[in-house]
Amino acid sequence: MYRTLLYVEAGWSGCFVMGLELLGGRLLAPYFGSSIYVWGAIITVFMLALSVGYLLGGYWSRHDPSLRRLSALLLVAGACAAPIMLYGDALLDWLASHFGDPRAGSLSAAVLLFSVPTVVSGMVSPYAVRLLVADREGAGAVAGRLYFVSTFGSAAGTLLTSFYLVLYFEVNQILWAMVALSTALGAVGWGAVSRPRQESRL
Amino acid sequence: MRRAGTWPSPTLVLSLVRLLVVISAWGTAGAGAAASTAPARNAGALVLRHSERSLYRQVLVYEDSKSRCLCFTKLCAIGRQSCMDMTQPERLVFNYTRMMLGALFLNPEPHDVLIIGLGGGTLPRALARLLPQAQMDLVEIDPAVVRVAGDYFGFHASERLRVATEDGRAFVRRAERGGRHYDLIMLDAYDHQYIPEHLLTAEFLGEVRALLQPGGVLAANTFSSSRLYDNESVTYHKVFGEFYNLRGGNRVILTRLGGLPALAVVQGNAAHFAASFQPFGFAPTELLDLFSTRPDWNETARVLTDQYSPANLLNAR
Repeated sequence: MYRTLLYVEAGWSGCFVMGLELLGGRLLAPYFGSSIYVWGAIITVFMLALSVGYLLGGYWSRHDPSLRRLSALLLVAGACAAPIMLYGDALLDWLASHFGDPRAGSLSAAVLLFSVPTVVSGMVSPYAVRLLVADREGAGAVAGRLYFVSTFGSAAGTLLTSFYLVLYFEVNQILWAMVALSTALGAVGWGAVSRPRQESRL
Repeated sequence: MRRAGTWPSPTLVLSLVRLLVVISAWGTAGAGAAASTAPARNAGALVLRHSERSLYRQVLVYEDSKSRCLCFTKLCAIGRQSCMDMTQPERLVFNYTRMMLGALFLNPEPHDVLIIGLGGGTLPRALARLLPQAQMDLVEIDPAVVRVAGDYFGFHASERLRVATEDGRAFVRRAERGGRHYDLIMLDAYDHQYIPEHLLTAEFLGEVRALLQPGGVLAANTFSSSRLYDNESVTYHKVFGEFYNLRGGNRVILTRLGGLPALAVVQGNAAHFAASFQPFGFAPTELLDLFSTRPDWNETARVLTDQYSPANLLNAR
């Protein structure tokens, strides 16, 4: 149960990031278009945010790691996505009127709107490695499984969002649902009983 | 665990997923030119004159014995974007370009014109000929298309024909902020392979509407089949009210700010163009039968908005 929950949280983080990225393109298009620069800016920001998240997640895992803290990451990522729906339009409108160049405009918009929830989501996988690895020998297998789950989640999030969800729901409805799911999963993990410390330790 | 020796690489796997996304975005993000439904007549006789990979797509120029065409797919397999009759370069080869000129029957003397989607430059060339005093802004997302229109289709930018190489929506927003207005706006940015979804929403059409002078005319070459036809129709109707719906292969929507002119006025204006349409190879009165205001769509369909714009998914159904 404990292990399953960790993998589910890692998979959901991958799904969450890609859903956010695809819908982010839709949110920016009315203001900056959907030229190659806009997509380039969005992808750049997501990649940078993830790389920073991996680094931070790894560092943070060295200080008293627990499932509860990992689940807190999901709660925070969800909470940090909420301003996108609440203030996104006002911010985008302001940015679009201050940046003539779609590259500068979409880069700064993507940084302001998407980088924080993506950094936090990126922290999940390396942190989960710390909780799952029992010994040096199994470390590679655990990391492989986590990459699999998280990237599979990304693929699922991409396909689901772009082929199906946008056909039935509004962009903000999908985003709110993603926030709700992050919160629910985070709450479950927060409430779950963590495994005794020595078992999750090297 | 002091250091996680496993770490160079979720980035690698994730970047592959992202690469797929960016590739599909390249293939599709914001088509710049509209196309004809007609497939190439005789693919075997086509000679490739030019081919280049642009930021968005493959830009190809093919020639057969009579005409030269701009295509975005090999041997024009998924239709031609623009064609020029080599013996009569002024002739309008596609029915949709003829229908687009029907906009002049709603307002015969537009001075400021905006065209979104350049293609081979057929429409601006025709309009420049008809309206020597007009000032035109042309918006095309793909710089390669602008070059090819110049090199192969006799389109040349000038003081009167200004080209902006950018996304149509970004241009419209800036024009709106700058207080610009147009007497005629033509939307020619959809094609049957891909519809730029942010150019088919009520919000975008509202921005376009805000750019029109009182009495200004909108002409849209649309490309919907199946389910999207309904959504597209209700979206245009919501923003512009009643419109003339011309169906002949493509569907062209013509509407006027401040109400449609009566059919008698349209007929009168059409007659006025009898002589000047001659080089284009058709009589303006041929279009009159197509002018219909009858809603032939499901009026309860969902309006497309910036929040709900699955135009391509709907078009595939």
